[in-house]
Amino acid sequence: MNQPLLQIEHLTVRFDAFTAIDDLSLTVPARSVRVLIGPNGAGKSTLLDAIIGRVRPAAGRIVFKGRDLTHLPEHRIVRAGICRKFQAPGLLDSLTVHDNLVVAEARSRRWPALLRTQPTAAQAGRIDGILATVGLTAERHRPAGRLAHGQKQWLEIGMVVASGAELLLLDEPAAGMSLGEREQTADLLQRLADRHSLLVIDHDMAFVERLGAPVSVLHAGRLLKEGSLQDVRQDPQVRAVYLGRVDECEYDYA
Amino acid sequence: MRRAELTAHAIALGLLVLAPWWLSPYDLSLLGRFLAMSILALGLTIVWGWSGLLSLGQGVFFGLGAYALAMNLKLAALAPGDLPDFMVWSGFSRLPWWWAPFRHPVVALAAVVLVPAAVAAAFGWLVFHRRVRGVYFALLTQALALAFSTFLVSQQAYTGGFSGLTNFGPLFGVQLADQKGQTALYGVTLVLLTASYALATWLSKSHFGRLLVAIRDGENRVRFLGYNAAPYKVAAFTLAAAFAGLAGALYVAQVGVISPDMVGVVPSIEMLIWVAVGGRESLAGAVLGCLLVNFGKDWVSSAMPSLWLFVMGGLFVLVVTVLPRGIGQLVSVRVPRRRPAEVAPAAQELAGQ
Amino acid sequence: MSVNTITLDRVSAGYGLGRVVSDVSFTIAAGEAATILGRNGVGKTTLLRTLVGLHPAAGGRVLFDEEDVTRHRAFDRARRGIGYVPQGRGIFQHLTVAQNLELGLTACAGRPGPRRRGIPDHIFDVFPVLDRLRHRKAGLLSGGEAQQLSIGRALVTEPTILILDEPTEGIQPSVVQQIQAALVDIRREWHVAVLLVEQYLDFAWSVADRFYVLRGGRIAGQGRTSEQRPETVAHLLNV
Repeated sequence: MNQPLLQIEHLTVRFDAFTAIDDLSLTVPARSVRVLIGPNGAGKSTLLDAIIGRVRPAAGRIVFKGRDLTHLPEHRIVRAGICRKFQAPGLLDSLTVHDNLVVAEARSRRWPALLRTQPTAAQAGRIDGILATVGLTAERHRPAGRLAHGQKQWLEIGMVVASGAELLLLDEPAAGMSLGEREQTADLLQRLADRHSLLVIDHDMAFVERLGAPVSVLHAGRLLKEGSLQDVRQDPQVRAVYLGRVDECEYDYA
Repeated sequence: MRRAELTAHAIALGLLVLAPWWLSPYDLSLLGRFLAMSILALGLTIVWGWSGLLSLGQGVFFGLGAYALAMNLKLAALAPGDLPDFMVWSGFSRLPWWWAPFRHPVVALAAVVLVPAAVAAAFGWLVFHRRVRGVYFALLTQALALAFSTFLVSQQAYTGGFSGLTNFGPLFGVQLADQKGQTALYGVTLVLLTASYALATWLSKSHFGRLLVAIRDGENRVRFLGYNAAPYKVAAFTLAAAFAGLAGALYVAQVGVISPDMVGVVPSIEMLIWVAVGGRESLAGAVLGCLLVNFGKDWVSSAMPSLWLFVMGGLFVLVVTVLPRGIGQLVSVRVPRRRPAEVAPAAQELAGQ
Repeated sequence: MSVNTITLDRVSAGYGLGRVVSDVSFTIAAGEAATILGRNGVGKTTLLRTLVGLHPAAGGRVLFDEEDVTRHRAFDRARRGIGYVPQGRGIFQHLTVAQNLELGLTACAGRPGPRRRGIPDHIFDVFPVLDRLRHRKAGLLSGGEAQQLSIGRALVTEPTILILDEPTEGIQPSVVQQIQAALVDIRREWHVAVLLVEQYLDFAWSVADRFYVLRGGRIAGQGRTSEQRPETVAHLLNV
């Protein structure tokens, strides 16, 4: 199928006098990973917010699988097949890890699910699988509010996967994780790309490198450069606004 | 339910079933009306405890249910062509068109649940689709309570005004005021309470119940998982209203009178206190709180009538500061609490002073 | 009076009956820098919160200089000159950047010394973006800008000890370098102690003299960063 999964056309988002996104156009193909990097305040999270319907654009269109989603309410956008993981973990604190996944699971949205007290066998199998994938099987009965910060990220990734969305918007999925866990997350995301498209925001260059995906650099609400991580790293403008002293592998030891 | 919980519930139910034999007639009549009010308390657990919607207007739905039945009972005491006394004094010659259907007990009984539910659904739809939340929602419900009680008082010709409705006739041929009627009512109340309790328990374990808690904890997150949150809140609010209406009807049948001072702003707050004392996230706690506070109120009011308002205020302060989860934390059938990690440090902070 | 040494003496903490932190002891003094490392869920944040008083200690003592502050409330401890930068920023959404920073000044109120009038300029030297965003509502900041504001606010109080919980999370690489340089500077010029919880070992090594590895709520390893490379402790951070 040649049609890209997501097409963002000339998108502009304003907050009062401040232009967060300025005439941005971007394309995401199906079953791929795309990484968004850029300085703080460049508009990366705002872009994800616009796609998911949390903020309304002043101009432009968001087209998903050929359908214009730009002015739909959030829950309809999610049902069309897009799900977002937020930068600050957005979990249902008093429900257990397991129940968070039940709520997220795609089939729970249909109204016959309302009367059930347990998930169906199919759902239960899927949830167990997701718990194993994100490494939270042992925590399944813990209230989500009690998880450590990094564990909350895992759970939220699990919830996004459980929603059955084709396009996953992941805002800093490896935040709060140790080195080994970050590597595991990168591997997980690569596996997810077999069946989903991922749009990932992150600042950890080692993590981005491990993902091995094309990179789009945002700056002041505009697309500054697109390409592989190698290309983008060499660009002097990208270095100036974002990467800093990239040619040094080690920091000065005080 | 776990075995210990099941046993506790069975014992409690057994005690209630046998009450006509081991309680004095006075205490039994009190118990009967407090059990009726407990049905309203169950509704508050659903809408406030689980869904986090603070309704300061449950008195409205209680009143709608009570007045619906009362209208029928009032008409039942009259000969076919006669009008209630307050209408006669106001110079009416015919029954108003919206009173007429209440001659029929079946209509009245249906209205007991359907009218409060319809009002709640309409109100809820308007409010929740505009995403009105929190304090603003609470204030709107309080405004509703005030408007309702004001309407009842001011439209004396239609509602009996300040004195309300009393001097009832029979229901399905049974005189409710005499011994047989009261015992029958006690039985009916207990059955309906048990049924409501069972329904609410099932809801607490269902996906619907889980979603209510989820919406309370993270409405945005739930929206971003593909749910439209508004219909769930409307459903919770409507269900609580239906429970309240049922409670109101059972109450008025036992007590024999309903008036505006039982359904306005202050009674609505008192209803919250029952549930807060017992534990608003626990069904058993709601019932327990309702019984405790109301028996306490009877005891205090018999001793010194003017003292009750102070006691109620004191209870309110106590619950908010020291017992945020009420006594019901010791009892079962609860839905997960909000932010458990923040409760322990707060309590420790207080203890460490 | 500003604190010079913080000591944890066999501190334990948890939620309800569970223990998340068990029997942890260490000391940090003015001018020193230490980092606490560990896997997800191992108790690093709980340990910091217990130290600053936002979480009750279930056992052991917390000492400021020689004084036992274990039962002291968080704001009492804050007045002793601790700057705390929590995980998740903790900034006030409805106040502007300038107002958030000014709030830090009130924490200095109880301390001796000249009354500080405005926001010290060195904050804007460290984080120039905050100068540009002075009048922006904090709720509208990006995650990384908010993180810089959170650190800036802790610095406004001119603390003797700065405690940071994963300060680089969500911050772009060039600003991470700035923060690293800033921490090195304030240690050198103002003799501020730094206690850092961190997942990025390179950053931790560039700032701290000593490291402690937490595993299962206990200290499973420690040492000096000048003597051991990050790779040698990496194995303690995985299962």
